[in-house]
Amino acid sequence: MAEMWINMGPQHPATHGLWDLRIKVDGDMILDADPQIGYIHRGIEKLGENRNYTQFIPLADRTGYASPMTWAILYVLTVEELMDIKVPPRATYIRTIAFELQRMASHLLFVYGMAENVGAMWPPLVYAYRERELLLDLFQILTGARFHFNYPRIGGVKWDIPQTFEAQTKKALDVIESKLKEYERMFDESEIFLMRTKGVAVLRKEDAIRMGVTGPTLRACGVKEDLRKSEPYMCYSDFDFGIPTGKNGDLYDRWVVRIAEIRESAKIVRQALDRIPGGAVATKVPAAVVKSVTVLDGETGYEDLCVIMAKVPKVIKPPPGEAYVRVEDSRGESAMYIISDGTERPYRIKIRSPIFCTLSALKYMMRGARVADVPPIMEGIDILLSEVDR
Amino acid sequence: MNLYGVVLWLLTAIINSIAIPIIAWLGNLLWFIRPVTDFAIALLKNDAFLNFVVVFAEAFIILIYIALFIIILLWFERKMWGRFQDRRGPMHVGYAGLLQIFADMMKIFGKEDIIPKKADKLLFTLCPIIVTATAFLALVALPMSDGFVIARLDGGLLFVFAAFSLAPLGVFIGGWGANNKYTLQGALRGAAQMISYEVPLLFSVLGVVMLAGSFNIMDIVHRQTIWYALLQPIGLFVFFTAATAEIERPPFDIPEAESELVAGWQTEYAGMKYGICWVAEWIRMYVGAALVVLLFFGGWNGPWLPQEIWFQIKLWIILIFMIWVRQSFPRPRIDQLLNLGWKRLLPLSIVNIVLTIGIVASGWLG
Repeated sequence: MAEMWINMGPQHPATHGLWDLRIKVDGDMILDADPQIGYIHRGIEKLGENRNYTQFIPLADRTGYASPMTWAILYVLTVEELMDIKVPPRATYIRTIAFELQRMASHLLFVYGMAENVGAMWPPLVYAYRERELLLDLFQILTGARFHFNYPRIGGVKWDIPQTFEAQTKKALDVIESKLKEYERMFDESEIFLMRTKGVAVLRKEDAIRMGVTGPTLRACGVKEDLRKSEPYMCYSDFDFGIPTGKNGDLYDRWVVRIAEIRESAKIVRQALDRIPGGAVATKVPAAVVKSVTVLDGETGYEDLCVIMAKVPKVIKPPPGEAYVRVEDSRGESAMYIISDGTERPYRIKIRSPIFCTLSALKYMMRGARVADVPPIMEGIDILLSEVDR
Repeated sequence: MNLYGVVLWLLTAIINSIAIPIIAWLGNLLWFIRPVTDFAIALLKNDAFLNFVVVFAEAFIILIYIALFIIILLWFERKMWGRFQDRRGPMHVGYAGLLQIFADMMKIFGKEDIIPKKADKLLFTLCPIIVTATAFLALVALPMSDGFVIARLDGGLLFVFAAFSLAPLGVFIGGWGANNKYTLQGALRGAAQMISYEVPLLFSVLGVVMLAGSFNIMDIVHRQTIWYALLQPIGLFVFFTAATAEIERPPFDIPEAESELVAGWQTEYAGMKYGICWVAEWIRMYVGAALVVLLFFGGWNGPWLPQEIWFQIKLWIILIFMIWVRQSFPRPRIDQLLNLGWKRLLPLSIVNIVLTIGIVASGWLG
């Protein structure tokens, strides 16, 4: 068969409208791949420049819709860095718990996607959602929302953890850990799954580092790099956990690493729940009153102006400067860079998305693979287009 | 139950008590059509013509049977899927969701029948017809009991396989004619897969044929005093795997692999054409499961119960197993599937043939 370009997407079940992967095939072999992104570009960075610092938190949630909590926490960490705020330890612990629960939920989503894209493995697909549901329930009692939480605040979190949270979390973790064994039996003992994933889309260690691949995809190549260990933020230095790594850097290793990471996250959450200190969940943030209240009529006197000013919420005005904070997101190293010019709005927000960088490696993984490998390879990097396009 | 006898009795009753009196009365009433009515009465009393009509009536009964089978199978399969996936399956339309299929049929009937602008209209339309017709054709020689069969062919097994292996032609021209890259890929995959699984499929059956000494399915069933599944375990394994690939059931639904090829060769079909393609697939599933029962599990043989009921019991056990398989395995890649077919199943079936020749020649089975 002659060589031809096939557009996998935007109208395709594996890319479902989010992006377009153009592949050049010779029969069943892939010669080249060319990802076309930008289908869900929402201009989040630019939107941030037109909102004040607090108003950006829900948008940070929406940056990566499969792991909203990590993005929101990253944002508040950056603003705190900018303003040099010390967060109370209890708030940090709550954030860590939420962060790791979010990582688990996101990796369970990966299990779902892998099962779907490797073939019609419907039961494991639904099972992964079933377990993720437990985590969403936890988020619901913690934050009041199941998906876009809007929970972290600059200087702390929105509110304290509810009373039932600890017991319910431990119960959910028990269930998930026992179900993980089930997944491992279901996948690792399935000959066809091994055939489909072992030795497919191998990424060499050097290539991965060269192309800026981070997160589980990098660790699957055998690089022991995790910001939680190498550059501990929040309170990760308090906990005892391992960094799972792979050997060959193929699809199967990516799978194994992520399953192992769910376990490690569960470990961290357990430790955090046991050691969580008491105290406040938010600190007092230096805030300024909005000055630009215009008084419409000349009739309004000075006292009225004072009333208006008291009713206007205080806004956060970081001093001029810049801050760059990076965290280990579910998908790799995500970072935010904020420049403040001293007004109530950020001068610039720059988001570093891990998947955006990993996408550049996709081309190299695709070459030499077969058409049937395309969806598993896509899912192997745990693709999330909302943070690529932003 | 003897299908031929029942149909003949029914038809004769209808002809003698209703059709002939009416025609004769018409002839008496209108003198000028008298020659036509005389001819019609003579024709209806002619045995050869009657046999001809009986065949059509039989085919009609089989059609109804298959339609009922598909309705029940679809409901059952969905329920099974639901149970496998920790949910309930259809449950709102009708009792326990039994009428869901009718709702879905309504939906599919109501859809616009789209033929892509750049498609080859003839080939595009021909594909569902060929696929479905060949699937129905296989039913002609497929018995359900001693009596419940249309044609008692001596080469019945060969006929079924011949009809079975015509489908790749339909798949190929359909995928080619739709003028779409996905359908082209799907069609090529489908053709490659079906052609390479045809060989182990036939080879695995040869052991059964040698043991029974006949290509007649009725004879094969009658000679199974011991189930051939026990005598031919390798043959059964190869046959089941190859048949699953041949009828494009998951995990071997590679020509329709929805995660990479959208819907494979069916991508461009909409509305009832798509529905017909699926009907063909279920009929092929029925044929595959029925062949497993007939060739390896003693067909309709069994104590106490009527033959038809035994056949259905065994058939549904096989179907449950097929659904179970579907829910358990991911989909291999096309190259891996072809490797499996040529490098594993084919040698295995040849080994099976050699072993069977040895057993038959040594006369252990009498």
